Amino acid sequence: MSERLSQQPQSSQPPVLQLQQLTRVHGSGATEVHALRGINLDVFPGELVAVMGPSGSGKSTLLTIAGGLDVPTSGRVIVENTDITTADRKTLAALRRRSIGYVFQDYNLIPALTAAENVALPRELDGVSARKARGEAVAALQEMELGHLADRFPDEMSGGQQQRVAIARALVGDRRLVLADEPTGALDSETGESVLALLRSRCDAGAAGILVTHEPRFAAWADRVVFLRDGAVVDQTVRSQADSLLSGQAAEL
Amino acid sequence: MPRSLQRWLPRTAYSVYILSMSIRHGLLALLEHGPRYGSQLRSEFESRTGATWPLNVGQVYTTLNRLERDGMVAQSGEDEAGHALYAITDTGRSELRSWFETPVDRSSPPRDELAIKLAMAVGAPGVDIRAVIQSQRHHTVNAMQDYTRLKAQALAAIESGGSQERDDVAWLLVLEQLIFQTEAEARWLDHCEVRLIRLAAAAGRETGTAAPPAPVTQAPAAAAGPRRPRPD
Ligand SMILES: Nc1ncnc2c1ncn2[C@@H]1O[C@H](COP(=O)(O)OP(=O)(O)OP(=O)(O)O)[C@@H](O)[C@H]1O
Ligand SMILES: [Mg+2]
Repeated sequence: MSERLSQQPQSSQPPVLQLQQLTRVHGSGATEVHALRGINLDVFPGELVAVMGPSGSGKSTLLTIAGGLDVPTSGRVIVENTDITTADRKTLAALRRRSIGYVFQDYNLIPALTAAENVALPRELDGVSARKARGEAVAALQEMELGHLADRFPDEMSGGQQQRVAIARALVGDRRLVLADEPTGALDSETGESVLALLRSRCDAGAAGILVTHEPRFAAWADRVVFLRDGAVVDQTVRSQADSLLSGQAAEL
Repeated sequence: MPRSLQRWLPRTAYSVYILSMSIRHGLLALLEHGPRYGSQLRSEFESRTGATWPLNVGQVYTTLNRLERDGMVAQSGEDEAGHALYAITDTGRSELRSWFETPVDRSSPPRDELAIKLAMAVGAPGVDIRAVIQSQRHHTVNAMQDYTRLKAQALAAIESGGSQERDDVAWLLVLEQLIFQTEAEARWLDHCEVRLIRLAAAAGRETGTAAPPAPVTQAPAAAAGPRRPRPD
């Protein structure tokens, strides 16, 4: 705990992710949808931000743009000092592979690869040796209590197990930015909780995270909860003074 | 585990209600472990519940007097330091057993200020009910964040295995009750908001006026502006 509390966003550390005046319009003319309307959001090292809002409020759009999987209509997306809206393809590809971990609701595991191979893949693409990548993958799976599934293929696992493998894949290696869209969707309450604890500990270790969720109980693990409505931030929670109490007493633990 | 922090936890109307209902039985449950004196009962009650519902010694003695009057506890001498000790009686034991066996009554719900507030906000002139909902949601989710941090601490304390493990587990259960309680409220607020949007949309269709509910804060003017070409 004390480690986590000492990892609070420091103003001296630059944000890992900056979204500036972000807009996204889908379609045009009569079918035009303003999915995002001028979003500004900074996420600092060590910070987990939850994004909540009604269906269609733009949460997934925000996340896919933050991860460089979609492009904004206007505005800037800066990941670790690189503006990914203007970066060349090679830079973007490297950034996506090395710095950003994604967990999406449809797990996107590769059916022809085992759980361990799926998790090892991004590391191998980074140029890590196959053996080292496999070792890291197995460790990541064990961390999620999935070590026994390392050699199973996706269609030999339950939805919840596949989801946790996808999470292990998103977290393997040293990801500076972890983006998770409803990562607890297919999981029971207890398993969902363990996913959140894992996400939390990654952020405590210095990563920046964004979690999109409908579940207030999971959003409550975040340092900050941002409320979206109709593509705009309408409100956000800030950490309460309970923190100063907590950090003052963390030493007693 | 630091305890003073927990005094910070809000005492909601609900918790006060629970408290009055359960001090009696809480004290009986503690006395079942053996005779105890008043301030000892107070501190044990608080360490079990993480001081979420603080008791004062006066409340403890008042409750002990009533329990004694009802034949559920009896005075049983003094300890070496001269504290008057109380012990549970057989009547007290059977009362305690039936308390554990009987579900807590939820059929006459305590008055809930929020439910009353929202009921009154429907159609109230000059009140933006979505703003009322959002400000409550903000508060509720914020409280959940705090409970969740405390819970993470309790879990860490349990994992590190201390001498106070029983208290930490009891505290964890109380915190999780608060988390689930606030979660239910947050979900209910989401539900209210969606329902109001649907009803407003349906009313708009009937009268032929487009009537989307007013947003809490106006989106920045730029958002509605013309499409800007993406920088390449
Ligand atoms: N490819 C697309 N083409 C057209 N409109 C789209 C597209 N993707 C998203 N939208 C629209 O953009 C808006 C925001 O969608 P988004 O998926 O970001 O919502 P969300 O907040 O993630 O919702 P949910 O909670 O249901 O997942 C919606 O109105 C949606 O219909
Ligand atoms: Mg979505």
